[in-house]
Amino acid sequence: MSDTTEKAPPQKGDVLLEMRGLRIEGRADEVWFEIVHGVDVTLKRGEVLGLIGESGAGKSTIGIAAMGFARDGCRISDGEILFEGQDLRKTPESELRKLRGNRISYVAQSAAASFNPAHKLIDQYCEAPTQHNVLSRSDAERDAVSLFRRLQLPDPENIVFRYPHQVSGGQLQRAMTAMAMSCRPDLIIFDEPTTALDVTTQIEVLAAIKDAVKQFNTAAIYITHDLAVVAQMADRIMVLRYGDLVEEGVTGPMVAEPQEDYTRDLLAVRTFSVEERARPESKPIVEVRNVTAQYRGAPTPVLHNVDFKIHKKRTVAVVGESGSGKSTTARVITGLLPPLEGEVLYDGQALPKDFRQRNKDQLRKLQMIYQMADVAVNPKQRIRDIIGRPLSFYLGLSGKKKEERIRELLSLIELEPDMFIDRLPSELSGGQKQRICIARALAAEPEMIICDEVTSALDQLVAEGILKLLTRLQDELDLAYMFITHDLATVRAISDEVVVMLQGRVVEQGPRTEMFTPPHHEYTDLLLSSVPEMDPNWLDGLLDRREQLAKEGRMVSGAGN
Amino acid sequence: MDKILKMMSQRIGLGLITLLLVSMIIAGIVELLPGDMCQEILGQAATEETVANCRTENGLDRPFYVRYGEWLVGMVTGDMGKSLANKREIAELVGVRLGNTLFLAAYAAAISVPIALTLGILAALYRNSFYDRSVNVFTLSTISTPEFFVAYILILFLSVKAGIFPSISNIAPDHGFLDRLERSTLPAFTLTLVVVAHMMRMTRAAIINLLASPYIEMARLKGLKPGRIIVKHALPNALAPIINVVVLNLAYLIVGVVIVEVVFVYPGLGQLLVDSVSKRDFPVVQASSLLFAFTFIALNLLADILSILSNPRLLHPR
Repeated sequence: MSDTTEKAPPQKGDVLLEMRGLRIEGRADEVWFEIVHGVDVTLKRGEVLGLIGESGAGKSTIGIAAMGFARDGCRISDGEILFEGQDLRKTPESELRKLRGNRISYVAQSAAASFNPAHKLIDQYCEAPTQHNVLSRSDAERDAVSLFRRLQLPDPENIVFRYPHQVSGGQLQRAMTAMAMSCRPDLIIFDEPTTALDVTTQIEVLAAIKDAVKQFNTAAIYITHDLAVVAQMADRIMVLRYGDLVEEGVTGPMVAEPQEDYTRDLLAVRTFSVEERARPESKPIVEVRNVTAQYRGAPTPVLHNVDFKIHKKRTVAVVGESGSGKSTTARVITGLLPPLEGEVLYDGQALPKDFRQRNKDQLRKLQMIYQMADVAVNPKQRIRDIIGRPLSFYLGLSGKKKEERIRELLSLIELEPDMFIDRLPSELSGGQKQRICIARALAAEPEMIICDEVTSALDQLVAEGILKLLTRLQDELDLAYMFITHDLATVRAISDEVVVMLQGRVVEQGPRTEMFTPPHHEYTDLLLSSVPEMDPNWLDGLLDRREQLAKEGRMVSGAGN
Repeated sequence: MDKILKMMSQRIGLGLITLLLVSMIIAGIVELLPGDMCQEILGQAATEETVANCRTENGLDRPFYVRYGEWLVGMVTGDMGKSLANKREIAELVGVRLGNTLFLAAYAAAISVPIALTLGILAALYRNSFYDRSVNVFTLSTISTPEFFVAYILILFLSVKAGIFPSISNIAPDHGFLDRLERSTLPAFTLTLVVVAHMMRMTRAAIINLLASPYIEMARLKGLKPGRIIVKHALPNALAPIINVVVLNLAYLIVGVVIVEVVFVYPGLGQLLVDSVSKRDFPVVQASSLLFAFTFIALNLLADILSILSNPRLLHPR
């Protein structure tokens, strides 16, 4: 930046960004309503500020406003956004463009969706430096390789020439961080950069981001819903709720001694837990026996000799990273994917491999609940029809009986029948929609329910409500659960037994207490140690320990996502 | 690459099967028409006997499938038979006409495709602006107006009043390229006005559809200029639908030009088809119909293949 007036070189500790009285409005049904109600944010050079809150807290909207940008359907309605003293709200769009990607850059939640599928990584990387006239194309290319190396991407000379779909999720997220750093900006907005990643991959990305931010003394706004993650990354934390500031403070004290109830709730959210029940002597209700399965047209099987049992009134958690075969196992059990070898037994009897050969009763006893409640219900059907369908299909109920049963089920999932029975799914919150999916599964009067990442898409407090509901229903209705998840905190909270999967194989299984006490299988250990903890020094400590282990030649790696 | 080759050969195979079915339908319908070639040649006064003789001579008394097979083999090997009306080789007759039609189509495409894409991209860039609306209204009105009407309006203004272009496109094989170009300009303009709207609107819609995607937001947050975002980031991902609509319109330029050819007395394949139908010249009708079908299927095949190639996931597998 050439300036005619003499200006002292920027120093650490100078205020870089100041947002005062920031108000942002969103539009729904042609009406503007406020979603951020006058928030103040101050950020110094080289400082990392954590923005934390549940969905709808406005954290992402505030973060992006630091670039003078509002998403379509949003507008910044009041306040000042001062970047190095320049009010971005009064700056014309053409001048803002010169800042964006150059002095302030952005790292999105899903790198897979935010990289353009039509261009190579290097072309997308070089775009900002060349368009902003910061570097020539050849310099930018050289710089890309060295930054990719710094962010520990494998084989940086070649990976830059790949297309986004040829690179794994964790690598893409690091490539996006590199891209954000291509012009060596003063400020980077990280918008939930690790939320979509597996725990083991998350560690690598967190470490890479932390290292790079420190190296170039970049200031950052780090947005996340996970307090444990932000504790590792941020110098200071702002807790937001419904577009208002709840609490602000330096990371260490804030995590150790939160002042506000809401922050305490966020911290305490992982304390819910049920007692582990002893393994019963009785026969298992579902037994997966030596199942090997392969998708049509795939060169190799995705499941190899998967073998475990599920007993009545027990919860078996199946954990592993994405691609480990958890959901595929569920597909085999439900008969959506007939196995190549092995079989699925129900009450000691082999189930037909293909669901089309199973009778209604066999289908009824096994129900599923999915991760995305949004897409698992028909948006054009009212709650009455959604829950009523299995009642008439499996149980032949109709008329008054059916209506009564629907109301019973709604009460069972803690939703007021009169209020909800005539609603459409779009009139429900995420947690309520998931409850409807649970009611629909219960309507069939099943003996076992497969829960596929049912809480992953929900906010922590809402997710806890769903877990409590599932636990209560299990006690009342003697249900067996197969609980597929990548979230070890959930496993610790509700499972009786744990099955750990890696690359289509079961690597370890046993009762929960056994699984959570050492010694573990090496991979289980890697998984468990990768779950972020509140201690702000946890990440550094873990990385040191792993480095130590690596020196001793004991390096375990995850699925490489 | 194997995957792409496999997909392409599948598409080509399907195209051939479709063509075969179409050829059966064409031959079948002509067969169902009352009266045959011999009755047509000999006229109403002919006796049963002469008609029967004629049939035996021309092999018409043999069963349908034998004649169909013979015709099909002839079409594939280029021996299309002789016209009833003037006894000329059909291959020769149709060849010249097809050449003319392709010339007109190429001329119209060369004008309309660049115009449509540019208008569409600009409309996406300045969406909901005055420009966007007026382009939409204009192209919609031209597509809603019957072709012959557009043609006569153009003749009235550009030919009768201004006298710039000839109103009749009588092209002979001995005309030079520039001469042909001049004589075909008005029909090409007419066709352009008819096809631009569809292509332009599809281009606009396909691009706008992508503007909500995260990678477009990323491009905006990288500080790129709006024009670059549309052309570099949205357009490459919108190619598949655009290619499809462009090719569909190209097919229309070749197959659907009958009315325009008649208005301008342009000696194209459509004109020939119309003439032959009125003269009951069945072999020519059959041959031209099959050629039209072939062009249509081949162009759609091309669209399919180009769409496949525009997908980086297929072009650059993991």
